[in-house]
Amino acid sequence: MNDWLLPLTLASSLVAGLIIFFLPERSVGWRSALNLGAAVLKLACVAAMVWGTQQGISYELRLPFLPGHELLLRADPLGLLFVTLSAVLWLLTTIYAIGYLEHSPNRSRFFGFFSLCVTATVGIALSGNLLTFFLFYELLTLATYPLVVHRGTPQVLQAGARYLAYTLGGGVVLLAAIVWLQTLVGPVEFRAGGALLALDATAGMAPWMLVGIFALFIAGLGVKAALAPMHGWLPHAMVAPAPVSALLHAVAVVKAGAFGIVRVVYEVFGIEFAHSLGVLLPLAIVASITIIFGSLRALAQDDLKRRLAYSTVSQVSYIVLGVALFGPAGTIGGLVHLVHQGLMKITLFFCAGNYAETLGVHRISQMAGIGQRMPWTTAAFTVGALGMIGVPPVAGFISKWYLGLGAIEAGLGWVLAVLLFSSLLNAAYFLPILRLAWFEAPPPSWPHEAHADHATHEARQAYPPHAHPTVADDAAPPPRTGDAALLLLLPTLCAAALALLAGLAAGVPLSPLDWVRFIATTEYLP
Amino acid sequence: MTEGLLLPLLVLWPLLVGLGVYALPERASAALQVLGTVAMAGLVVGVLASPEPLRAALGGWAAPLGIGLHADRLAESMLVLTLLVYAAVLLYAQAYFAHGSELARRFWPLAWMLWAGLNAGYLSADLFNLYVALELVGLAAVGLTALTGQSTALAAALRYLLAALLASNLFLLAVVLLYTSTGSLALDSVGAHLAATGSSTWAAKLALALALVALALKTALAPLHFWLPAAHGNAVTPVSALLSALVLKVSLLILLRLWLELAPVLDLALLGLLLALLGLVASVWGSVLALTQRKIKMLIAYSSVAQVGYLFLPLAWLLPGGLGAALALEATVLHLLAHGLAKAAMFLAAGVLVLSAGRDDLASLRGAVAREPLAFAALTLAGVSLIGLPPSLGFAAKWQMMQAALLADQWPWLLWLLGGTLLSAAYVFRVLRLAFLPAAEAFEARAPLPQRLSLCALALALLAAFGGFGAAAFSDWLAADALLGPWGGA
Repeated sequence: MNDWLLPLTLASSLVAGLIIFFLPERSVGWRSALNLGAAVLKLACVAAMVWGTQQGISYELRLPFLPGHELLLRADPLGLLFVTLSAVLWLLTTIYAIGYLEHSPNRSRFFGFFSLCVTATVGIALSGNLLTFFLFYELLTLATYPLVVHRGTPQVLQAGARYLAYTLGGGVVLLAAIVWLQTLVGPVEFRAGGALLALDATAGMAPWMLVGIFALFIAGLGVKAALAPMHGWLPHAMVAPAPVSALLHAVAVVKAGAFGIVRVVYEVFGIEFAHSLGVLLPLAIVASITIIFGSLRALAQDDLKRRLAYSTVSQVSYIVLGVALFGPAGTIGGLVHLVHQGLMKITLFFCAGNYAETLGVHRISQMAGIGQRMPWTTAAFTVGALGMIGVPPVAGFISKWYLGLGAIEAGLGWVLAVLLFSSLLNAAYFLPILRLAWFEAPPPSWPHEAHADHATHEARQAYPPHAHPTVADDAAPPPRTGDAALLLLLPTLCAAALALLAGLAAGVPLSPLDWVRFIATTEYLP
Repeated sequence: MTEGLLLPLLVLWPLLVGLGVYALPERASAALQVLGTVAMAGLVVGVLASPEPLRAALGGWAAPLGIGLHADRLAESMLVLTLLVYAAVLLYAQAYFAHGSELARRFWPLAWMLWAGLNAGYLSADLFNLYVALELVGLAAVGLTALTGQSTALAAALRYLLAALLASNLFLLAVVLLYTSTGSLALDSVGAHLAATGSSTWAAKLALALALVALALKTALAPLHFWLPAAHGNAVTPVSALLSALVLKVSLLILLRLWLELAPVLDLALLGLLLALLGLVASVWGSVLALTQRKIKMLIAYSSVAQVGYLFLPLAWLLPGGLGAALALEATVLHLLAHGLAKAAMFLAAGVLVLSAGRDDLASLRGAVAREPLAFAALTLAGVSLIGLPPSLGFAAKWQMMQAALLADQWPWLLWLLGGTLLSAAYVFRVLRLAFLPAAEAFEARAPLPQRLSLCALALALLAAFGGFGAAAFSDWLAADALLGPWGGA
């Protein structure tokens, strides 16, 4: 059984995805059952592995691949952290996506690639060496492109082309880094404390080479992690359907980049070696600039999803900043934010999707009094927004607390100033939304009430109903009066509850914070 | 004894089947072709299973005068590739051509004749036979190009014929020069003879130059690629697949053999650099032109011009004693296989879409993509290998090539390999994005095409897209070849 857990974790979504491609559009029941079944199965596998790791069982799978390089899957503590986040959020997003895309065309294609995308993310989490990581990293690019361009309008395709140009470009730079490093030292397996330390092959190497390789790694991974100035694809990718945006921002693409940076700093170079190379400070500076820049750009956006996108640019760099702070507290802050940011940001994107889907509200200026009409969604939005600002007891507070400690520990006073300033900016772009939503009077009518479901509407424009039998004419739901539909609301509330719980119960065993503390001890005491 | 017959049969059997196919009525000829392909598979398996590398001298004449055949692992790799591509293309063609079509009657005999020529090119151990094989391949290929008799096809075929004849004559001249200066035609002793008669190396150099030009012309290395796009792009789909996957490769294999034989004797460093630079130009130029094509088959044809460029890159450091030489050789072979499988799959899949849409410009293929999802899946998977994303065979080739370049301290070439990845991605995604455009006009209700067409393309595409998993085993197998001598082991 134990030998099967690792491949089963990957196969659950892969097989489901491949079957879904071949399902006819109409079999909604089968498709949903497969989606949910696979998501639950994956979650069970991950839970079993977490439990097993606690019992001292190690999970590892090796397959021959290129000459001298094998594929390696391994469930180490860091990987389990990310894979747990992915599995939990995938289940929520699946439910949400089923509710969101109920009436749009090409659902089999969408859910097929959706499953491939999660497979790639899980693969990234469980990769045990650089080559395996690269394999899944590129698969993620390929699997997310169809999701981004799902609606197929010219504007969307243009955004898709930009997305590809950025991510494939980043992939090429990453490949250069991997090939360069491995030609010098041989195959690199991730290892707590740093692989280069164990290989002991760095003695004869010129430091400039290692610094160059490190820079290539960060440049390659930084594209997906949306480090400035390589963030340009992210705001444009907002044209994707809401569940895709949620996935992209919380677990899949952006997180894959951030997670890759964590792996490279801690488990390829090793934090102490990276510190002695002097590459951490430049990384911290880039992250700090991105944090401030993202927040400033977010302030200027009126489109809700674009504001959230720039907020992601800023928030993901908290992770990178934590990684770049030398000292356990910084490590804890960065790693725990990997989880916390995911929980909070997916809540916010679900809410944005709810607003758009239920009332047709896309812009912040349209959100006056929306709390009275959609109290549950707005409550969830409030939790997410307060968390992003760093208000206790939401999870975001824990992250910022440890990041602040880390800054002091590393002796970088200016980082503290960056954190404070950025929190101020966070408040400046989230609090007005909350005020507008709760305390202003609602407008006499909402934009969407003219046509009930914009997905159906768009579908009609693209495919005349007589030509496309899969879009049933009577599928449009009647205008709703209350909050969002149950399938949309349920995952939103769950995500908000998790974001709250991660903060409230941070001291409990197996909470994200507890797990991350354990990882931090392994990285500094190899 | 039976083993001695395997190699000659690999050349003679397809010729016999070709004659039979020409003479027999349609149904009998279809049966003969199935039998013929199964028999070819048996022969190839026999060659692979033989513990010792096989050699055969025809007609009892021994070297240096006899007709020698030998099967080293380079040849064996190509035999397997050819078998796979042919199996898919022949199955495809049976569904592609209408019953009783005149086109099909012309296609079958020429395709089998081409198979004989290809195998002769892989297996021949002496220079004159290589010339004969090249001539056979060239004539069959030109005939196949002209198959439809339409004016564009005829013009392309004529141009192709002139290029092929010019190349053959240059190659013949090179063979004569080498024979007069060394007194030997055997491929594996030309180098040794040259080393012994060191005085006349100018003749050897001239011969080498002529042979290189001839083979580069046949392989369509830019700027000698002028004949390729029209010939490949306007041919009937099964022909396009054969030409791009196999015909381009046999001349490159011969070039590689000459290179490996002569590199220890002559100083080829500068020449290698020149060829690699031309390869660089080819890959950039081909990609840029692929980006501007309106017709899908022309796009794929220009992609061949680009991909062939990579095959010349390793010559920059494929020198005796050079670091990374063994890796470079291996990478070249991997790339030959990857491109062969992926490009054949791509042409076959594109053919399905064109057939389904009734037109061949990219924009009008939208509806066809939705009607033929399996063909589109094949196109996608083949594209993944062409771009060189893991876990494809194309990625394995690129990976080995990059490692070889770094080992040989030739890191500037890396920039080309990495940038080329993006260029290939750009033109591949011009095709792939079709799937996401809403079909502008209402879907025409067309009868679905036979699934077999798409499945043939998909089979090859799957091999290309997941072949990377076999790269480690392939590398060990290739390195263990005794005949490759100093070039083998990494």
